[in-house]
Amino acid sequence: MNFRLLTPLLILAVGLVTTACGKKDSVENQNEVVVKIGSVSPLTGPQSHLGKDNENGARMAVDEANTQNIMLGGKKAKFVLVSEDDAADPKTATIVAQKLADQKINGVIGHLNSGTSIPASRIYHDAGIPQISPSATAIKYTAQGYNTAFRVMTNDAQQGHVLGQFAVTKMGAKKIAIIDDRSAYGQGLADEVEKAAKAAGAEIVAREYTTDKSTDFTAILTSIKSKNPDLIFFGGMDPQAAPMVQQMRRLGLGAQFLGGDGVQTTEFLHLAGADGEGVTASNPGVPLASMPGGKAFEQKFNAKYGKIQNYAPYAYDAVQVMIAAMRRADSADPAKYLPELAKTDFNGVTGHIQFDAKGDLTNGSVTLYRVEHGKWVPLETVRNDASPAPR
Amino acid sequence: MDTFLQQLINGLVLGSVYALVALGYTMVYGILELINFAHGEVTMIGAMVALSVIGALVGAHVDLPGIAIVLVGVLAAIPACMLLGFTIERVAYRPLRNAPRLAPLITAIGVSILLQNLAMVIWGRQYISFPPILPRTTYHLGGATLSALQIFIFVLSLVLMAGLIVLVQKTKLGRAMRATAQSPQVAGLMGVNINSVISLTFIIGSALAAVAGVMVSAYYGIAHYYMGFLLGLKAFTAAVLGGIGNLGGAMLGGLLLGVIESMGAGYIGDITGGFMGSNYQDVFAFFVLILVLVFRPSGLLGERVGERA
Repeated sequence: MNFRLLTPLLILAVGLVTTACGKKDSVENQNEVVVKIGSVSPLTGPQSHLGKDNENGARMAVDEANTQNIMLGGKKAKFVLVSEDDAADPKTATIVAQKLADQKINGVIGHLNSGTSIPASRIYHDAGIPQISPSATAIKYTAQGYNTAFRVMTNDAQQGHVLGQFAVTKMGAKKIAIIDDRSAYGQGLADEVEKAAKAAGAEIVAREYTTDKSTDFTAILTSIKSKNPDLIFFGGMDPQAAPMVQQMRRLGLGAQFLGGDGVQTTEFLHLAGADGEGVTASNPGVPLASMPGGKAFEQKFNAKYGKIQNYAPYAYDAVQVMIAAMRRADSADPAKYLPELAKTDFNGVTGHIQFDAKGDLTNGSVTLYRVEHGKWVPLETVRNDASPAPR
Repeated sequence: MDTFLQQLINGLVLGSVYALVALGYTMVYGILELINFAHGEVTMIGAMVALSVIGALVGAHVDLPGIAIVLVGVLAAIPACMLLGFTIERVAYRPLRNAPRLAPLITAIGVSILLQNLAMVIWGRQYISFPPILPRTTYHLGGATLSALQIFIFVLSLVLMAGLIVLVQKTKLGRAMRATAQSPQVAGLMGVNINSVISLTFIIGSALAAVAGVMVSAYYGIAHYYMGFLLGLKAFTAAVLGGIGNLGGAMLGGLLLGVIESMGAGYIGDITGGFMGSNYQDVFAFFVLILVLVFRPSGLLGERVGERA
């Protein structure tokens, strides 16, 4: 009856077959060095639209790198993107990570979710493979002491802190209800919001939970309604947030709705329709339009793959940062370019990228948006220099 | 009290959808002793087909009231699902009818994954939103809010379920179905064409699934190629809870599961003083299932399995 067991088994089977075939490919041309960059994100399941977006972002960077005649160690580098599906499932993520480690991948861009990036990071660390997540925001990801784990995204401590403070000081919330989807991301973000909101003087009247596969929230919303909050914060992704907002309105629950980067997507606008009006959500970094290379990136991306869902620019930058480190080290050998990666000082599409000792962004910022007339309108960008160091 | 009433309404609406899908599981099980795991996916295909038609009509600015457009969508989804149900039985189950019981179970899982991926290829990975064309009238009932759509879903489910019971108990086809359920061989000897009875069972179950699929997508406002999985699992649980193979049981099980989930999620936190939160919603539902199965192994209304030949 356990369908979920089937997916890892299939992946394992496919993995065995592809690694067996892979042996032949690795016979390299004398003047060419093949650099394999992994991209891992959910390509099936409820978050597959976001997963494909990450893959496309990474693929675009890899394709561009191949046109630049990059030389590594005196040989022409041929970059190959190895895209894998972790189905947003932590168990599958470790299987995929092991598979990539076994094929001696040169570096990994991923995973998309915190819940998958964290268990996978141990496997990459043990194999000495550098990993840059374009979108994992959970604090724990970089707090495990692995020198191989990096991210080009503001973390949850920084984002949650901004959200919690914003809810109380700017949105005037005194009684706050918090819902999370029990994923490492949703829970982590919700915990940080709770801390920051309490510190700013608000009362947490309810703390409810759902899953990242649910569509029915009427029961928890009814229970929340009886506690009369003036703001509901949801830590989770757009497939849940949109029906949640609709059900809130249907139940006559007039509280303001606040979410994180999982909610601040084009998909949310599309799904929530008119009920999405007035919803506030944050996204780490700066709006696409104010990104240094945002406009140009959007044009290139639209021409090739269509609309940007959310994290594609980050996946694109992550690949660029990785390749730049390889060029400085003049090698795609993880042991050689890893120290260079840590010293990254790069101006990407999403902004200036520099890592602290943990692998977090040193100057990550958070932007708050509100839905007005069916569009996300930036409210303000908060630099997180002032936010406390995560635990 | 308001909250209690609201939770009860939430639960009954959710439960009536579970019940409608559960009927499809239970009908097939009653006749073939086969758990048709692809049934949840048939529901999904129903929702997707209806949404494609509705989307096309709305996109073409057809001058029809919202309800009429949805009705056209449903009328397109029903034959599509009927054909799908018929094909699934014909291709995946009939050749294995005399095979060991594990074989059709595995094919069922295979068909389910196949349909999911097929839908992913056809409709893409993104969520499809239900256009806001239905009237959003809400009523207030003793402090609880009740939407026209909720009433409609609940009533339509009950009507369809009652219709099915009449079909099985009062018509010639129903008698043939019951005979086939008791013993396919003997029914065959008595002149019942069991192949067409089994095909019709799948067709009727799939038609109900199509309606359920449209209702779910209208109610939650979204559809996705993955939606059939969880819905199918819940409906299957409801069928087992009520006694799989028993039509009344599927209805009772569905409604009960809906109410248990709703009440569980709504009250478990308050009752346990925050020790257990609404994340225990599903645990609570399955705990009730286990409890029922311990005391009544064949479900609430299930007949004793031993009586069957």
